Amino acid sequence: MQSLNRNQSSGLIRYILWVIAAIVAWALIIANVRAQSSDSQAMGFEEARHLLGRTSFAAQPAEIAAFAKLSREQAVDRLLSDVRRQASYPAPSWTQSYERVFRPEMTQQERQEAQRREQVVRGLELRAWWTAEMLSTASPFTEKMTLFWHNHFATSQAKVRVARAMYQQNALFRQYALGNFGALLREVSKDPAMLIYLDGVQNRKGMPNENFAREVMELFTLGEGNYSESDIKEVARAFTGWSVDADAGEFRFRRAQHDDGEKTIFGKSGRFNGDDVVTLLLKNNKTAEFITRKLWNEFVSPNVDENELQVLASVFRDGGYELKPVMRAMLLSKAFWAPTNRAVLVKSPAELVVGSLRQFRFEVEDPAPFAVIMRQLGQDLFGPPNVKGWPGGEAWLNTTTLLARKGFLNRLFRADEMGKPEVEGQSAALIDRDMLGERRQRAQARLAVVDIRGERRESAGRTSASSMTATGAMDSMSGARNTIGSTNQLKGQYHFDPARWFAQYPNQSEADMLWKTILAGPPVQVKELKYDLAGLRAIALDPMYQLK
Amino acid sequence: MKRRNFLSAFGALGAGVAVNTIAMPSAWAADPTNYKRLLVLIELKGANDGLNTLVPYADPAYAALRPTLQIKRDQVLPLSDRFALHPALEPLMPLWKSGEMAAIMGLGYPQPNLSHFRSIEIWDTGSKSNEYLSEGWLARAFDSVAPPKAFLADGVAIGGGDLGPMAHAKRALSIASTDAFLRQAKLADPHGRAYNRALQHILRLEGDAQFASQQLKPKTDWKTEFPTHNLGQQVKTAMQVVSASQGVAAVHISVGSFDTHSGQLGTQQSLLKQLAESVVAIKQASEELGRWRDTLAVTYCEFGRRARENASGGTDHGTANVQFAFGGSVKGGFKGEHPSLTQLAGDNNFIYTADYRNLYATILRDWWNLPTASVDSVLGARYASLGFV
Repeated sequence: MQSLNRNQSSGLIRYILWVIAAIVAWALIIANVRAQSSDSQAMGFEEARHLLGRTSFAAQPAEIAAFAKLSREQAVDRLLSDVRRQASYPAPSWTQSYERVFRPEMTQQERQEAQRREQVVRGLELRAWWTAEMLSTASPFTEKMTLFWHNHFATSQAKVRVARAMYQQNALFRQYALGNFGALLREVSKDPAMLIYLDGVQNRKGMPNENFAREVMELFTLGEGNYSESDIKEVARAFTGWSVDADAGEFRFRRAQHDDGEKTIFGKSGRFNGDDVVTLLLKNNKTAEFITRKLWNEFVSPNVDENELQVLASVFRDGGYELKPVMRAMLLSKAFWAPTNRAVLVKSPAELVVGSLRQFRFEVEDPAPFAVIMRQLGQDLFGPPNVKGWPGGEAWLNTTTLLARKGFLNRLFRADEMGKPEVEGQSAALIDRDMLGERRQRAQARLAVVDIRGERRESAGRTSASSMTATGAMDSMSGARNTIGSTNQLKGQYHFDPARWFAQYPNQSEADMLWKTILAGPPVQVKELKYDLAGLRAIALDPMYQLK
Repeated sequence: MKRRNFLSAFGALGAGVAVNTIAMPSAWAADPTNYKRLLVLIELKGANDGLNTLVPYADPAYAALRPTLQIKRDQVLPLSDRFALHPALEPLMPLWKSGEMAAIMGLGYPQPNLSHFRSIEIWDTGSKSNEYLSEGWLARAFDSVAPPKAFLADGVAIGGGDLGPMAHAKRALSIASTDAFLRQAKLADPHGRAYNRALQHILRLEGDAQFASQQLKPKTDWKTEFPTHNLGQQVKTAMQVVSASQGVAAVHISVGSFDTHSGQLGTQQSLLKQLAESVVAIKQASEELGRWRDTLAVTYCEFGRRARENASGGTDHGTANVQFAFGGSVKGGFKGEHPSLTQLAGDNNFIYTADYRNLYATILRDWWNLPTASVDSVLGARYASLGFV
């Protein structure tokens, strides 16, 4: 404003400024008055930022501004109504039709080749695809919930080894992201990837496999201590015959393998089958409590308010396990907005990586390297460490992963500074030139990160198999644990346009606005805020950047 | 007066111990454990075929199980009238002869899981077959009794980002190379006010990383020639860490893939050779640092391989396996019982003769002198020692 005043050359401009100042003053007064009057008041900047920080990957200035005008209810309702049921980024072509992966007549070599294709080639394409969806989606909340269910019903490609089954499971999680939990649970019990992962396919009459039976109660619904060993045995019997048709790649009920005798589960007896068990699990009060607690830890705080939790769990239960009402109640709860619960959650690797790329609107040509980075930071999409999922919270951070996070963030800005933009102010390639090499075919996928309104600007083509193989053994033949080299192997190309990005902040004398947008709370280390790349890097390296 | 009080505080331990304690440097005074003794864990990724590593060459059942894969009698390196080493382990023969190498036989666990990723997780976390723990067994040990604060870290995993048995340890580092770590650690900055728990956690980690990087001063004048292969270079990185004036309690290195479903003979030959050369490098470098008597190197992997060979010149996933311990203080020789070659479980798998947690108990109790109660709580039950240290 000051610089404009200095440069004013006509009375007209002065008049316009006057009017703007008057409007702003009036708006501030109104906002203040309304702030004291009712619940339907506009949230304002800080609350809008908090809500978006928790429910999306990154809060953009324009989004915050738009949400700031809404009341909490209006904002939460908008988030919920924007939720999607399908991905919008084109999936790899092999997801569209099924072909049996391992056929009995295959030679050892053919089996190894098939395994390599599923694990290495398609495994990486799958991760790249989901990363692309997270980067480009207009509803980040949908992807966060999809990720939530992936972590809840944790299933790993390392054991399933059928990439398409993993893709279909992911589609299932998205379809029910904020749908009905009961319906989702029912679908999961018949999901081919889950049936393979927890050995449902080997659960036969007379030789039950208890793997799924145990986990469906311990980890998916009731929580430990709310069932007996005998319940596990009986539930396993009820699910006998729940299997996968390897030729069709679909659920198949094998009647001959099903034990249709009487079972006693939670003290009730009957000739229960798997569907009956799901019904029994949904009737159990512990289920709503268990799921609500997990949602709380993801969206509100690591510390649970037990009274509030019971209220929310009953909303969930009474609403027939619909997720929107319970999420609405949770996001409107006192605890969610409490200042003591701001900036108390650690970002997951997916949130950190996708969030950074979205926040700074990097243009990403190939999402695959970013999926690899998530893995290095401890979150291998489609490859959770075990059926318990990622422990999350503070466990995301140890010296290794924290340094790796900082190394990644440093590189995002450092390379740009050190590299030589072809034209000043335009995009500069952000690559490690030493590591680029010839091995990687370039730019099969050109993915433009969403603009302010969350719409994808361009998206042509998709990642091709050939580009994926070069990145190497996503999963080694010897198991799934081999890491994929060091962070140095960041071979992706991404571009940053500082001019365009800083244009979001027309009034750069308000230095606070930079951290108020990017960080969930005041910076811990950064003292001087600057509107340049070094300034952005400093903010990204501040410990506060790790939190949401 | 003061001194008398101090002595009486140690009264239960006896005056000799107390006096001794006073004479020791203060860093050790408060530390009844022995974390200054180094543990080197060597993971044989993908699961090594133990039957062709410690070969029961005199047993006719061996030849029957391995019609094409057997190591011929005239090629093996006999250790006794029953067992012999794979010829690629020839560099280890001096260690065996000097009693610095133990073969620990029949390690496994009940209800074995034959999936690589699940079974290595069981080994790394020290859990039961149907139990899911997220902390590594070493992490729990360090939680139970912390290594000295002066150490640059409690443990270091060399190579990738995977901390394996140190997963979730409070002060565990993963170092690909000392140079890279020192470069990366420059970004660590512990200053600032932590006004909530998460920030406290982050600033503590920044401090740990910075601290470790300040301690780490890579030695440049090694006389030891480290093998040029990947494992040999991991040994070099590990010894760089160990050579810091205040080192670490444990380092983890790994080699693989031993997952020899086909074409086993050549693959295993080459990997075992790397292993043997690397163990020799550990010995030489430790001797150079004057620490060989304070060094214990132990191999491990998720399971053994199937007793009976498959039709592709390889072996499939199995159960019980032999592991090895090396070191200047090791009580060499055969430990435990070799599983029967004739009485096999379903699917032609060996029946384990010792729980793998006996191996861990031996390390925690006999090598590091952790109190029995701590060892029991780390491993979830009491496991007897295997007597190799």
